[in-house]
Amino acid sequence: MEKVVFQKSNMLTDAPLHFCPGCSHGIANRLIAECMEELNIDKKNIVGIAPVGCAVFNYNYFDVDMIEAAHGRAPAVATGLKRVLGNDKFVFVYQGDGDLASIGAAEIIHAAARCENISVVFINNGIYGMTGGQMAPTSLLGQKSTTSQKGRDIGRNGYPVKMSEMLAQLDGATYIERVSTHDAANVRKAKQAIKTAFKCQLENKGFSMIEVLSACPTNWGLTPVKAMEHIKNDVIPYYPLGVFADRRNEK
Amino acid sequence: MSKKKLMKGNEAIAEAAIRGGCRYFFGYPITPQNEIPEYMSARLPEVGGCFIQSESEVSAINMVYGAASAGARAMTSSSSPGISLKQEGISYIATAELPCVVINMVRGGPGLGTIFCAQGDYFQATKGGGHGDYHMLVYTPSTIQEAVDLVYEAFDKADQYRVITYILGDATIGQMMEPVLLPEFKDLDKLPKKEWATTGRTDTERHIVNTLEMNPDKLEGMIKHMYHTYDELKKNETRYEEYLCDDAEIILCAYGTVSRIARTAVNKLRAEGMKVGLFRPITVYPFPEEAIGKLSEHNCLKKFLVTELSEGQMIEDVKLAVNGRKPVEFFGRNGGNVMTSEDLMSVVKGEK
Repeated sequence: MEKVVFQKSNMLTDAPLHFCPGCSHGIANRLIAECMEELNIDKKNIVGIAPVGCAVFNYNYFDVDMIEAAHGRAPAVATGLKRVLGNDKFVFVYQGDGDLASIGAAEIIHAAARCENISVVFINNGIYGMTGGQMAPTSLLGQKSTTSQKGRDIGRNGYPVKMSEMLAQLDGATYIERVSTHDAANVRKAKQAIKTAFKCQLENKGFSMIEVLSACPTNWGLTPVKAMEHIKNDVIPYYPLGVFADRRNEK
Repeated sequence: MSKKKLMKGNEAIAEAAIRGGCRYFFGYPITPQNEIPEYMSARLPEVGGCFIQSESEVSAINMVYGAASAGARAMTSSSSPGISLKQEGISYIATAELPCVVINMVRGGPGLGTIFCAQGDYFQATKGGGHGDYHMLVYTPSTIQEAVDLVYEAFDKADQYRVITYILGDATIGQMMEPVLLPEFKDLDKLPKKEWATTGRTDTERHIVNTLEMNPDKLEGMIKHMYHTYDELKKNETRYEEYLCDDAEIILCAYGTVSRIARTAVNKLRAEGMKVGLFRPITVYPFPEEAIGKLSEHNCLKKFLVTELSEGQMIEDVKLAVNGRKPVEFFGRNGGNVMTSEDLMSVVKGEK
């Protein structure tokens, strides 16, 4: 008799994903869905917030109520939403690096400072994907993009922003961890981190953010396999993995 | 028994909003509207509401977007430069057809301008302001009592039509004190349920608040739907006051604080035997174009005189409504300066 060994989480719809081959967004979507399912969060008690950028269509993928926010504003939208819904409802926020670390830098900092009881999944792939491969606040030094064609240069473009380290300084940030998606072992660790962040909200302990190092083969100009190797060899040395803030016992 | 109370405009408006059902307020300090967030910060927790001083105007309006998505009666207030920052969120909220209330206590502009009374935000309030094809229901109170009454109703109108109700006030309305009669608290439990709100899906239905639509036909349909609502506003919600217009040879057109000065001028001119009237729009979107059009057909009427605290913004709507049937003249002050009734009398008499 045939046995089901793997199936799509019931937190996802049947809509086909629009992500490019080798992109990590699909992995992140699946992990979020699996975590919510495994934590037994009732679908009727979940509202998600989609960002602007490659994840803009996320409202089609999660089988729950969704709000599509303006670029960078998702943490502010989540704040208004969560204050109305209260702690009986679960609010997750999904943002990319241009969205969170550049145009929405103020919103994420102050949502963390207020210790809003929300969970943020932050996809860091060091590039603006949806708009066609422009330099991101998190692009590595020397990284080529359509707006840094000879590579990111300190003199012209300054340094990449390390959001997890930055936000970890805030007393309001309850749990901050950086994970990666470049191999199976790390994907499993990423899932544990997202689950920890979600539990943080379910236990009313306040703000959490999981930074997920992600691949963008299309705009990096690499094959999916080379893109994963790039994360391991070049991205992680600049953006080390680990827990940067854990104030769960203080909250 | 309710009694009249002497209140500052900003505080009276804040209390009226709460009595009208506002339970969520998000705002950022800017003069001359600071008493609204200050009042809200103290008062909302007393009625089980929530106040957040946001990190920016941009965040404040997006908190409104989130709270309104969840079906709450949410509001923000600001003054001109701050309202400019809110325009992004206003465009999104209008497109997502989320009901909410936005208050602008207009100050002098452009740029940082001044904190004093002005009316330079008329275009921004009535012609869009943010990007794209949208409008709001825009009220222009001329007294604090009127501001209280309009704000009290503002959430009902926003909910009914799923639009932004916008109070185009000014520094004088915000800062002045007048006696007001405050209305009773609305019973929030009796309000119609917002089935579309993102409060968690049902067994059969997912709710999505969204303004992105890549299918041109669908987006066009969304916009047409919004404009159908605006037609309904035009039909049902256009408000104005005609004062001594029937036999008038000259009709002054003014809104907000300026309409009070114009009324004084009209009374004084009438006392001198001149046939002068006042037309006061209470909604400037929808603009009472039909009423002005009808007045412009009066045989006795020689001209309209539009008076504003700007270089002339509402005059464009008046001219469209008059459609060339009568001359439309203009007198304005600016920069925080306010005309006197004597100024207006001199203009009417052709002395200025």
